[in-house]
Amino acid sequence: MKKIINDPKNVVSEMVSGLVRAYPQYLQKIEGTEAMIRSNEASMIDKVGIISGGGSGHEPAHAGFVGPGMLSGAVAGQVFTSPTPDQIYEAIKAANHGKGVFCVVKNYSGDIMNFDMAKELAEIDDIEVKMVVVDDDIAVEDSLYTQGKRGVAGTIFMHKIVGAAADKGATLAEIDVLAQKVMPNIKTIAVALSGATVPEVGKPGFELADDEIEYGVGIHGEPGYRREKLKPSKELVQELLSKLKDAFDMKPNDKYAVLVNGMGATPLMEQYVFMNDTLDQLADENVEVAFTKVGNYMTSLEMAGISLTLFKIEDDEWLSYLNYAVDTIAW
Amino acid sequence: MLTIENTTKWFQLFSDKIIENKDYLSELDTPIGDGDHGNNMARGAKAIQELLKNQQFDTLSDLFKNVAMAFIKSVGGASGPLYGTAFIEMSKASKETSNPTELVATGLDGIKRRGASDVGAKTMIDVWTPVLEELKAGQLTIEKINADVEATKALVATKGRASYLGERSIGHIDPGSMSSGYLFETLLETGALE
Repeated sequence: MKKIINDPKNVVSEMVSGLVRAYPQYLQKIEGTEAMIRSNEASMIDKVGIISGGGSGHEPAHAGFVGPGMLSGAVAGQVFTSPTPDQIYEAIKAANHGKGVFCVVKNYSGDIMNFDMAKELAEIDDIEVKMVVVDDDIAVEDSLYTQGKRGVAGTIFMHKIVGAAADKGATLAEIDVLAQKVMPNIKTIAVALSGATVPEVGKPGFELADDEIEYGVGIHGEPGYRREKLKPSKELVQELLSKLKDAFDMKPNDKYAVLVNGMGATPLMEQYVFMNDTLDQLADENVEVAFTKVGNYMTSLEMAGISLTLFKIEDDEWLSYLNYAVDTIAW
Repeated sequence: MLTIENTTKWFQLFSDKIIENKDYLSELDTPIGDGDHGNNMARGAKAIQELLKNQQFDTLSDLFKNVAMAFIKSVGGASGPLYGTAFIEMSKASKETSNPTELVATGLDGIKRRGASDVGAKTMIDVWTPVLEELKAGQLTIEKINADVEATKALVATKGRASYLGERSIGHIDPGSMSSGYLFETLLETGALE
């Protein structure tokens, strides 16, 4: 393991400390927790609070998306481990300005259980909490052996949509309806070139040979659906896009937002090449690309690889939310 | 019967056992999970050790509740809420009873509710359930616990992260079942069942 850290046990607290000290204009640490709340309190008054969170190791998610127009706060768990209910509860309390709090939770059993417990605690205080469970990863099919799909990079589209709606004054109930409507229209699939090493574990979660790739890997290094030899970008796009086309039942004139997301160690240069090929192939399908984004948004430590997210725009209001002005570290 | 004394000893022994086997628990979690079960449980075990060192308890319920909160606050992941919920349920029930069998039964109900799961999904429930039966029969032994843990090897995971592997999860011991095995092994060691 080769990492710029001190004691692996302190990685998360030292990261949170560095983050809030670097960006005090965006983030404040909630004392006694690894949760962060938006510094600009005035921008939250009379609005529904939006909280996201999950394990650390996915930076800039989630604290990087805290700011006016997006998240009210973010909770950082241990690396690849859900945050605890007491910390989520503190973030919910800090984000509540009398209109309730909406939580964006990725579909992992730990995240759901901890957010559920936090919700129960907040309800004792009469804070109304609703949540959406993001399950955009189509790599592992919903079948007898799974409890549904994983939540990955598409989560940042969800942050953007509900954050914009909240900023425009939507009620908690309206945000909930919007989020549940949007969710089935966000789908993601990834390809990994190498694994990620959790600092406290010290060795990679999985290993690939120098010339080998794996399709469908999750953001914690969960296994994908196939391993094979590395191919040119065009062919990788073809493979991932074929899965997305099937999942969406893609038709000419469909309208999509496209996110090419780096997993941590893949240079932007390669991400732009990948986006170039993606846009070529989407043009061949005669679909309209209404919004694009490339970069490291939902990473997996030092994993090399890329995920491709398509968000089918069924309502032009969703597009206006994607383009809605925000002020955050990372969007 | 459980008392403040033997239950304190139980959690001391359990914490020691978890810390001793931290690497092994993470190793079990690597092929079928995300390799952090040992680290997560060890954080909880250390929090319990701190608690027991610094605090005295007036009732059994108080002890279970504080252990639960220490665990919930420090562990995270799925193990935190699952063990935490079990200990909270045991705290509630221990106001009425100190019978370990009855307490384990309420703990198991809590785990099933929190995890929205049941037997056969290759989770800790697959150790808690047979252990409860063995407790009821007055026949819980270390050999039986080991056999219950070992039996999770043959199951296909349908809950938790291991579920993404489907049939590839066969042949591996479920890490949550192993840590639950330690919980019951240390319960035996306290002598509270004799």
